[in-house]
Amino acid sequence: MRIKKINSINKLLVFTVVLLLVLSAFLAGCGSKQSSESNKPAESEQATDSGKSDSNQSSSESSDDVIRIGVYEPMTGASAAGGQMTVEGINLANEMFPEVLGKKIKLFLVDNKTDKTEAANAVSRLIQQNKVSVIIGSYGSSLSMAGGQVAKDAKVPVVGCSPTNPLVTLNNDYYFRVCFIDPFQGKVMAKYAFNTLKAKKAAIIMDVSNDYSVGLSNYFKQAFVELTGDKNAIVAEAKYKTGDQEFTAQLTGIKDLNPDVIFAPGNYGESALLIKQARDLGIKAPFLGGDTYEAPEFIQIGGQAVEGVAFSTHYTAEAPVTEVSKQFLDAYKQKYGKDPTAFAALGFDAYLVARDAIERAGSAEPQAIRDALAKTQDFKGATGIITLDENGDANKSAVIKQVKDGKFVYVETIQPDK
Amino acid sequence: MTFELFLQHLINGISLGSLYALIAIGYTMVYGIVRLINFAHGDIIMLAAYFVFFGVGLFHMPWWLSALLSIVLTALVGMGIEKAAYKPLRDAPRISILISAIGVSFFLENFGIVVFGGRPQAFYSPKVFQGVIKLGNVSIINLGIIIPVITIILLMGLVYIVNNTRTGMAMRACSKDIDTAKLMGIDVDRIISFTFGLGSALAAVGGIMWGLKYPQLHPLIGIMPGLKCFIAAVVGGIGNIPGAMLGGFILGIGEILLVAFLPGLSGYRDAFAFIILILILLFRPTGILGEKVAEKV
Repeated sequence: MRIKKINSINKLLVFTVVLLLVLSAFLAGCGSKQSSESNKPAESEQATDSGKSDSNQSSSESSDDVIRIGVYEPMTGASAAGGQMTVEGINLANEMFPEVLGKKIKLFLVDNKTDKTEAANAVSRLIQQNKVSVIIGSYGSSLSMAGGQVAKDAKVPVVGCSPTNPLVTLNNDYYFRVCFIDPFQGKVMAKYAFNTLKAKKAAIIMDVSNDYSVGLSNYFKQAFVELTGDKNAIVAEAKYKTGDQEFTAQLTGIKDLNPDVIFAPGNYGESALLIKQARDLGIKAPFLGGDTYEAPEFIQIGGQAVEGVAFSTHYTAEAPVTEVSKQFLDAYKQKYGKDPTAFAALGFDAYLVARDAIERAGSAEPQAIRDALAKTQDFKGATGIITLDENGDANKSAVIKQVKDGKFVYVETIQPDK
Repeated sequence: MTFELFLQHLINGISLGSLYALIAIGYTMVYGIVRLINFAHGDIIMLAAYFVFFGVGLFHMPWWLSALLSIVLTALVGMGIEKAAYKPLRDAPRISILISAIGVSFFLENFGIVVFGGRPQAFYSPKVFQGVIKLGNVSIINLGIIIPVITIILLMGLVYIVNNTRTGMAMRACSKDIDTAKLMGIDVDRIISFTFGLGSALAAVGGIMWGLKYPQLHPLIGIMPGLKCFIAAVVGGIGNIPGAMLGGFILGIGEILLVAFLPGLSGYRDAFAFIILILILLFRPTGILGEKVAEKV
């Protein structure tokens, strides 16, 4: 009797575990509940050759009435604030400049849920279902890389707003971006650590599931080692994953090594928790990060702990660079009643660059838009003058900001290397 | 590794483990009485945290009042879920009710995304919970003491209710055999409802503590704690209340020490929890404390 009972418990538990594993497989795709959609990227790969003439046809069909522009951004999940800020900028630009080639521009927004699989699905949905001519997105380099492959196969151009990892555009002739890239951003922060903070030893904490964080950490490391001339200038490299909330184990190890500065690029939510836990453990070294820190939630979650944290970003409302910057700033304040962040400005610029390319191409045909995008030169955007190089990257200045009294405060502008 | 450093790691581990234990207790109690693994437990945690968030942020209630209200509301939600999703399936095969629980879990997550929005929010935490106590080079956050104390008090309270009250006796009777319990004049519906209410109230306390320790709030926040605490409950022996506590501590301390001693493996800390689960099921399926009292609560 007793054995029988244990057996039945055992069976139930084994079943539960199997279920759990299935569930966690879903989780690994972070809630990609539309499993039927996960086949789509593969479908689009097959459809590339045969589907090209198809998509041309359909785009000429649909181009009669409107020009279709797709947007894929994280509206939910760990990067939701970043995606939402970007979309604010895109919507604003769409309101201010709603037409091109005498036709109305129609935006299609798909949430990529801060998930790589969903990002690939989102792009194929925009291409196959909504028949868009050009795509804008996405916040987050990992998401952009996942989506970029699908767009490349379907030969539809994408204009990235804020993915800064170099691999997003490398070997992808259809991906462009209006922001600077991480080798530059890493160097800017390494210089700030070395020159301004006089740091000799640095620790790095990176999110290993986030290409942005890993890439930026490596560029920081290279630049910092070069600046100090000390091969052992990086005393520790700690790792965590997106979604982690407990960082005390990594931080306790770092505290023991006593670095002068800690570089910890990553999602604003995790980073704010991490810095909070570091301060609770009594770590006094200044924290540095990248452009993802710029979200109001970073300060709300981190509170007193994130005071003094410095990071690099793309734009500041305090030092407008072009005529368009002022225009953007005024319109944004009027519409949303607050100061814009860099991501809103980049979303705004990405839309304008895409619209400009459609205008110069004189058609809504994806290939023509791609060719026009590649020739973008001296375009005056809200974040600066945008010239796309042979990789499709913009060579732009960076801005350093710092958290002071619960606000992001402008520190300095750093020009790119010529 | 110096002794001081090890002590700091141990304290971090206890602090995390006590949080796991707190949530695992509710998990295991519901299983003990109704033999249902309530997969929605993690999402109930999320709801509780949001109730406090809205109480403070939207209705400007004092923090303690929002917390109390949240516990009551969450208990009611838990009872409601039982009535809507589990009660109609009480005579169905156990698998059906388990699947229903998974459905409730997905429903609550997506409900959260639609109603609360997917953007992570900051959880408000009062000053009392924010301090740090320093002993030489070792820091203990106030919550690192408050949470274990709350966990132990709730554990003792729960054990007392189950073993020493009439309702507790009825709960134990239901856990042995529902039909016989009915014949003995026990109002089974009321007892099961009470069990879910109590379990959800425990989840609410866990959710509030989770929010205070990790003040980042979004609708999927309950998934990982839910899974981890399920593992903790199984490791300790599912259905066994002190076992859940033991399991929580083992898991929390184990995770921290894994990252501390093998920093290269820090990306695998969640995998570590699942590996423990598999090992326990292979070699001791009733859990560490399971055998002795598996059929009690």
